[in-house]
Amino acid sequence: MKEIRLMKGNEAFAEGVIRCGADGYFGYPITPQSEVLEYLMAEQPEKRTGMVVLQAESEVAAINMVYGGAGCGKKVLTSSSSPGISLKQEGITYIAGAELPALILNVVRGGPGLGTIQPSQSDYFQSVKGGGHGDYHLIVLAPASVQEMYDFADLGFELAFKYRNPALILSDGAIGQMMEKVEIGEQKTRLTTEEVNEKYPWGTTGKNPGKDRRIITSLELDSAKQEKFNQKLIEKYKEIEKNEVRYEEIQTEDAEYLIVAYGTSSRICQKTIQLARAKGIKLGMLRPITLFPFPKKRLAELANQVKCMLSVEMSAGQMVEDVQLAVNGKIPVDHYGRMGGMIPSPGEILKVVEQKVK
Amino acid sequence: MSEKNINNDIIKEENIVFKKTKLLTDNEMHYCPGCGHGTAHRLVMEVVDEMGIQSDTIGIAPVGCSVFAYNYMDVDMQEAAHGRAPALATAIKRLMPEKTVFSYQGDGDLAAIGTAETIHACNRGENIVMIFINNGIYGMTGGQMAPTTLPNMKSATSPYGRDVKSMGNPLRMTELVAQLPGTYYVTRQAVHTPAAVRKAKKAIRKAFENQKLNKGVSFVEVVSNCNSGWKMEPVAANNWMVENMFPYYPLGDIKVPEE
Repeated sequence: MKEIRLMKGNEAFAEGVIRCGADGYFGYPITPQSEVLEYLMAEQPEKRTGMVVLQAESEVAAINMVYGGAGCGKKVLTSSSSPGISLKQEGITYIAGAELPALILNVVRGGPGLGTIQPSQSDYFQSVKGGGHGDYHLIVLAPASVQEMYDFADLGFELAFKYRNPALILSDGAIGQMMEKVEIGEQKTRLTTEEVNEKYPWGTTGKNPGKDRRIITSLELDSAKQEKFNQKLIEKYKEIEKNEVRYEEIQTEDAEYLIVAYGTSSRICQKTIQLARAKGIKLGMLRPITLFPFPKKRLAELANQVKCMLSVEMSAGQMVEDVQLAVNGKIPVDHYGRMGGMIPSPGEILKVVEQKVK
Repeated sequence: MSEKNINNDIIKEENIVFKKTKLLTDNEMHYCPGCGHGTAHRLVMEVVDEMGIQSDTIGIAPVGCSVFAYNYMDVDMQEAAHGRAPALATAIKRLMPEKTVFSYQGDGDLAAIGTAETIHACNRGENIVMIFINNGIYGMTGGQMAPTTLPNMKSATSPYGRDVKSMGNPLRMTELVAQLPGTYYVTRQAVHTPAAVRKAKKAIRKAFENQKLNKGVSFVEVVSNCNSGWKMEPVAANNWMVENMFPYYPLGDIKVPEE
């Protein structure tokens, strides 16, 4: 029988992490994501699966612990919220530069600076355009439910290991804090260090007799070699864009107008669609599940079908730039957003849609 | 001794008293002639070899002159971001408690940008070996002032000498971590004379042996020279080190386990 539980998004993620067989979590408290660390400490996963949980002295230390663990081929992660994720950027770019798999959760709150502890979607640019220094991309997943908070722990690791690239789950304070029912999956078995050594021969688990030592580094002083490495990364990102685009379409079959929204905004917009349809407006939605890779091909196709698109985000307008790039001037693309922890209502968004329809 | 007096009969395997360290690679070291890093690398690798733990050892290289330590040490290694080696070592050891984990850092890395990581790894009592090379200067970036630069000592960023009133005092990190309950063995060594090298090796050996006891951090500082950064010839740099560094950073054990 399926196991169903009522959980907060942050707790569901933490349970998902244990169940998917993670080896280690390294974190630091920050609102609104502290439940991840609290849940893990209370659950004592070292007794359940042998998973290591450690409260680090800082966000910086936590992400560098993730680097160390990932460098051994272990399944390790951290979580934080916006100001903490800014601190982690050093480690994240090193992890990308050393081609290590790792999972990072950002339960976004409003900024800039210390900002607010209320939900926001203002870290989109930071997540999909880099964040740290250098040419790199993260694989970015955007959950829109507590179930997806649970599911994306496993999916995030799967993609991170498939491409040896850090994956980031871009959530927000609403998804992290709200409670919904969650279907809990089976407990996956953690790999032993010997199995990790077999499966991920690049990991530093101790030099195998007769084999070369393994070195985890992001340093290359020879410009020609560094450029070659950068090109290798670009090829990898192309491969990710080819294979891993994920999105959900809601009532797009006959849509004349399209909302593009992810996470909490997409949940609110579902209601807006109902309200609009009741008024005879053929409104649909594309919800990107992966923000990198972005569903630009599908959006370009939909630009041939709908009259205009509206990017609804709890930000000053960030994802709207990627929608505009995908549509490439074919139809008007506008943005509607609230900031500072303010959450738009379905009716408020409907008014914006109605203005566009006019 | 003239050539005809050499007794060729003594050139036998059992009479050889010094060999190339097995666990140092054949890569040509980039360190300046006279620098202490090469000797410190050798001692760490000799200890790993003699303890037979090469296949169980993971090392962490820092940012600084020894950023390329992984080119010379024939063990699995990770290159950390500046100052973060103790964070990497913490995770590696906790995820694989059966392995031997050591970090190798300079004074800018360990005692400036990585102060938090150093203190907290020591305070948590991570079961790791921390090797700390202190030459009182940032060598790799061209001889700038370090947290360990002596009062009135000239550097690229203290060209008139370190004025402690405005630039702060040199940090005795080793005495500081010795105060923390998480450190098990804390010592300060040097590698400028054969006698010092022998003592330093004994200390490093002890540090690595301690790791099996699961009693916390073993912290070995090696006071070293930087003839390029100090703008001195190697012998003069060593003499300067003895006369100026040792009084501020006295050699010897600072915290030893109770027998």
